[in-house]
Amino acid sequence: MKSLVSITDFSKDEILKVLDLAAEFENNPNQNILENKVVASIFFEPSTRTRLSFETAVNRLGGRVIGFSDSNNTSVSKGETLKDTISMIANYADLIIMRHHIEGAARYASEISSVPVINAGDGANQHPSQTLLDMYSIKKTQGRLDNITITMIGDLKYGRTVHSLLMAMSHFNTTFKFIAPPELQMPVEYKNYLDKLGLKYTEYTELAENIDDSDIIYMTRVQRERFSDLLEYEKVKNVYVLTNEILENTKQNVKVLHPLPRVGEIDVNVDENPKAYYFTQSRNGVYTRMAIIACVLGLK
Amino acid sequence: MQKELKVSAIKNGTAIDHIPSNALFKVIQILGLEKSEHQITFGTNLESKRMGNKAIIKISDRYFKDDEINRISLVAPQAKLNIIKDYEVIEKKIVEVPDFIEGIAKCINPKCVSNIENIKSKFKVVSKNKVTLQCHYCERITNQENIIIKN
Repeated sequence: MKSLVSITDFSKDEILKVLDLAAEFENNPNQNILENKVVASIFFEPSTRTRLSFETAVNRLGGRVIGFSDSNNTSVSKGETLKDTISMIANYADLIIMRHHIEGAARYASEISSVPVINAGDGANQHPSQTLLDMYSIKKTQGRLDNITITMIGDLKYGRTVHSLLMAMSHFNTTFKFIAPPELQMPVEYKNYLDKLGLKYTEYTELAENIDDSDIIYMTRVQRERFSDLLEYEKVKNVYVLTNEILENTKQNVKVLHPLPRVGEIDVNVDENPKAYYFTQSRNGVYTRMAIIACVLGLK
Repeated sequence: MQKELKVSAIKNGTAIDHIPSNALFKVIQILGLEKSEHQITFGTNLESKRMGNKAIIKISDRYFKDDEINRISLVAPQAKLNIIKDYEVIEKKIVEVPDFIEGIAKCINPKCVSNIENIKSKFKVVSKNKVTLQCHYCERITNQENIIIKN
């Protein structure tokens, strides 16, 4: 049994195991391996997709869910420390799935808890189940993970999903293209990391034409909550909008991914384009999360 | 001809040499020397062939344990210690940057759990030459120039 806090907690082999298991659960989604298990789903900040898909995963595996989706109704609002809250919940449940706005909260919880912790997002830091479902979507649509060209677009500075995906895909000889406004470029530590591994990447500020050789287009939302200066946010929020015209010259196999929620960065007309994959991607999240739960509990 | 000493010799104690000039006061803070009652002399912006310029601190009748000295490696990774008895250097020590650091520095990220809950900060040292720390909790990188030492 081990926790999943950061995507770097899983080796390449463990990542591949999760993805194989996710495919198995997609073929046969209702398996009773969590019978007699209680899973705590504790969300200290709001989430729709992640919480519901984790809870769906637990239910499909035959487990029961306790928890909360708003910490205002818990002892946290009385000033209870995270340490006390986690120690208590670990006494009740066999597994903790946690989202928290404080960065590093999940790592800290995993050190306190006597049961495994799955990080469902800790502030701007990590969101490993999103990364694994992105990889599952890439493998499913491209038939492989090796030698893929991924173009990441939008907020590459604050977007935790792009950082984790970069780290995880670096096991698979990926070529990266980064398209971002100057204010939101990929941080230098990630570029240094790719340099060290000898992986290729290029950077652009223009969207059109720079995406034509991609296998995967990974769009992100510019997140207002990450900006302390709202004027800065207004300047960059609508720089890139993906349209059917822009997608016209892209490869036949290309798929557009997005961690969702989308605001204005993908034109709604793209939804009908066979290259759009973001809604199927979110369905893949349930199978991937079933696989993660089975893995951390050592049930598969 | 004998070399002139810019910082006068001590009979017994520790001389810390090869401190980057701009890290002198951080070293004083880390070692808590501002509260010390020992005789202390220091010089800064002294010429150094290797470093361009450097600082040096001499503390009379005071010796340091290895884990105390490890603390200064964060700001003065090339510092050298001379242990002095009766005006003679009886031992030389090199400061080594550890692989993992607990409780000395503060995470640069105000939203990090280590700055919010009552816990000891922990860092993985990702580069030793130009000291770079990665927070064990929030994974944020802190470069040498941004390292804040906990009081």
